[in-house]
Amino acid sequence: METIKITIDNKQVEVEKGTTILDAARKMGIDIPTLCHMRLDDLNIENKPGGCRICVVEVHGRRNLSPACITKCDDGAVIRTHTPRVMNARRTVMEFILSDHPKDCLICPKSGTCELQDMANRLGIREIPGQEIAEMSTYRKDTSPSIIRDLDKCIMCRRCEMMCNEVQTVGALSAFNRGFMAAVAPAFEQNLEYSPCTYCGQCVAVCPTGALTEVDHTREVLRAIVDPAKTVVVQTAPAVRAALGEEFGMKPGTLVTGKLVSALRELGFDYVFDTDFAADLTIMEEGTEFLTRLKKFLNGDKNANIPILTSCCPGWVNFFEHNYPDLKDVPSTAKSPQQMFGAIAKTYFADQIKVNRKDMVVVSIMPCLAKKYESQRPEFAVDGNPDVDFSISTRELAHFIRQANIDFANLPDSDFDRPLGESTGAGVIFGNTGGVIEAAVRTAYELYTGKKLSRLEFNELRGMEGVRQATIDFDGFPLSIGIAHGLGNARKLLDEVKAGRSKFHAIEVMACPGGCIGGGGQPLHHGDSSVLKARAMAIYEEDRNKPIRLSHENQYVIQLYKEFLGEPNSEKAHHLLHTHYFDRKAKIIVKQ
Amino acid sequence: MSSIKIELRQEDLDKIHEICDSFDNEPLELINVLHRTQEHFGYLPAEVQEAIAAKLNISTAQVYGVVTFYSFFTMTPKGKHPISICMGTACYVRGAEKVLDEFKKELAIQVGQTTADGKFSLSSLRCVGACGLAPVVLVGEKTYGRVAPDDVKAILKEYE
Repeated sequence: METIKITIDNKQVEVEKGTTILDAARKMGIDIPTLCHMRLDDLNIENKPGGCRICVVEVHGRRNLSPACITKCDDGAVIRTHTPRVMNARRTVMEFILSDHPKDCLICPKSGTCELQDMANRLGIREIPGQEIAEMSTYRKDTSPSIIRDLDKCIMCRRCEMMCNEVQTVGALSAFNRGFMAAVAPAFEQNLEYSPCTYCGQCVAVCPTGALTEVDHTREVLRAIVDPAKTVVVQTAPAVRAALGEEFGMKPGTLVTGKLVSALRELGFDYVFDTDFAADLTIMEEGTEFLTRLKKFLNGDKNANIPILTSCCPGWVNFFEHNYPDLKDVPSTAKSPQQMFGAIAKTYFADQIKVNRKDMVVVSIMPCLAKKYESQRPEFAVDGNPDVDFSISTRELAHFIRQANIDFANLPDSDFDRPLGESTGAGVIFGNTGGVIEAAVRTAYELYTGKKLSRLEFNELRGMEGVRQATIDFDGFPLSIGIAHGLGNARKLLDEVKAGRSKFHAIEVMACPGGCIGGGGQPLHHGDSSVLKARAMAIYEEDRNKPIRLSHENQYVIQLYKEFLGEPNSEKAHHLLHTHYFDRKAKIIVKQ
Repeated sequence: MSSIKIELRQEDLDKIHEICDSFDNEPLELINVLHRTQEHFGYLPAEVQEAIAAKLNISTAQVYGVVTFYSFFTMTPKGKHPISICMGTACYVRGAEKVLDEFKKELAIQVGQTTADGKFSLSSLRCVGACGLAPVVLVGEKTYGRVAPDDVKAILKEYE
């Protein structure tokens, strides 16, 4: 490693050649302010268009100020990060950005978590010279089932564009126009609904301002809770319990399962259940489907559709419907846990408590924005009544709890209701990349070999690498597994499957980096990837603490099959718990 | 989420494919592809951009981003008689803006637009190298020099 010596703010330091001024300064504990720049270390994700110019510093011998995020250190460089000239320039840049930004912070959904607001505060901006005569660039607002785009608030950091194109390879968003009227939008400034958007929400997760936010359903949920005629049932996804605490000042990675349950009861939900129950159910259905396909495959059936692809992630489902419609028979037909839960709640459970499905409202708390769209898919409704009525994100729930002046941090722990609140450690790890396939392996192994597993934790399936592979010994049979998180990584595995070159028997895909813990509906990580790692650790901790860690040992799942469904993949199970996929690829039709 | 369906005539689709093929369907040649395509169609409507994106295997949003970034590319068809007003320094100081305003008023369109009957379109450009004739107006291939706002009606009349 070749190193160079530089001086920043009168302190000498040795850094690797090629290091940017920003990185060198951060290593020394000097916090140069940045706005457009963002990096998620372990995920190889970096946005540094050098566009906002907030990070400018003075480099001795250079006439102009240099943006620290894209300027590499020269050997012997003398850099100063807070001279009056630098401070003045940052201030002016900020004033220009704010002159074309709405000032409705009071009612902005990003208020309190907005990086632009924080920066204005940090730089001490108290007035914007010339604001009275400054023109504003304005755009049409776009509301999709999951995401709201309010481009008046776009500051052209281009993080969303980077996420959508480079990380996710979705290609829904691109910068358009130039200069003052430039912003980021789908082709022809169409609504997101008419773009290949998967609603993964990663653009929302990285947007520094209120330009990209989720559709808020908390008012509808409150209305349902208030309505005495409605029985309101809530389910909460595994990744929520590992992140919600952050919204209340707790350390990333703090598990708040018990407080979460208490808070949901305090909010007035009639039954507090766990999506993890449905995750266990997913393993029963998907695992059985997989073993059926695998047996066919091993008997030489070329149409066995191996590798099987997981289907719990709605962003991922949208992605292959748009990009790989010719492979739409390859993913498991199992619905996602959210939808399985809704289908069971509004049949089996509604019957148990003698409530008509029309009088039951199912709410899901999800780390995800694509879940909002998924819950609105017409195939997941019976006579227009959806299996899941409202899906709200972890962030929306945090807002909801604050509105209700619940002292979250000091809530006592309590446990989920039964029957749909019982879950195993296998259901919990669905929240992490690699978790679904690990849960499936635990159950499939025991069902396939008829033997007990000697170990439950498969470290070879864990980690943060974008594409991973592992071979698991199924009692002599080497089961080959592929894992991808982030849709760009998924594309790599999909291309192999499409070309018939895939060597895997099963592939897990999660649309978001890190899996659901890094979902588009989670508390904002603000570019700190250690937050994601801490959440992942918390999920594995929850798994370790569970008395039962195998989906097929969930007593209430067993009971559900006995009393209602029959057996996994039965006709009834197929009717309620499985789905099919659609071809949504853009088509060119020849005009006659 | 609905899937996008676009309609094109077979011959137009063939032409787009021919142009893309001539650049080996290389995404980095997008600007050249757009140039050639605009040369052929006169403009770059949404369907054409969709077809180019599909052929080059890039996102339509990206193609649209490039089309809207460069002022040479246009998504509106030019009129039968495209009118360009030179706004270069020499023409500008000799009153080109007033001439432009007069065209806008007479045609009831803005720069970059085309009249509803498709007859005229309006654009501004920077210097045609005829500064001695400033202010200069081009209608199609024909050049008009020392144009005053009062001349605008007469010029338009020639094309009726």
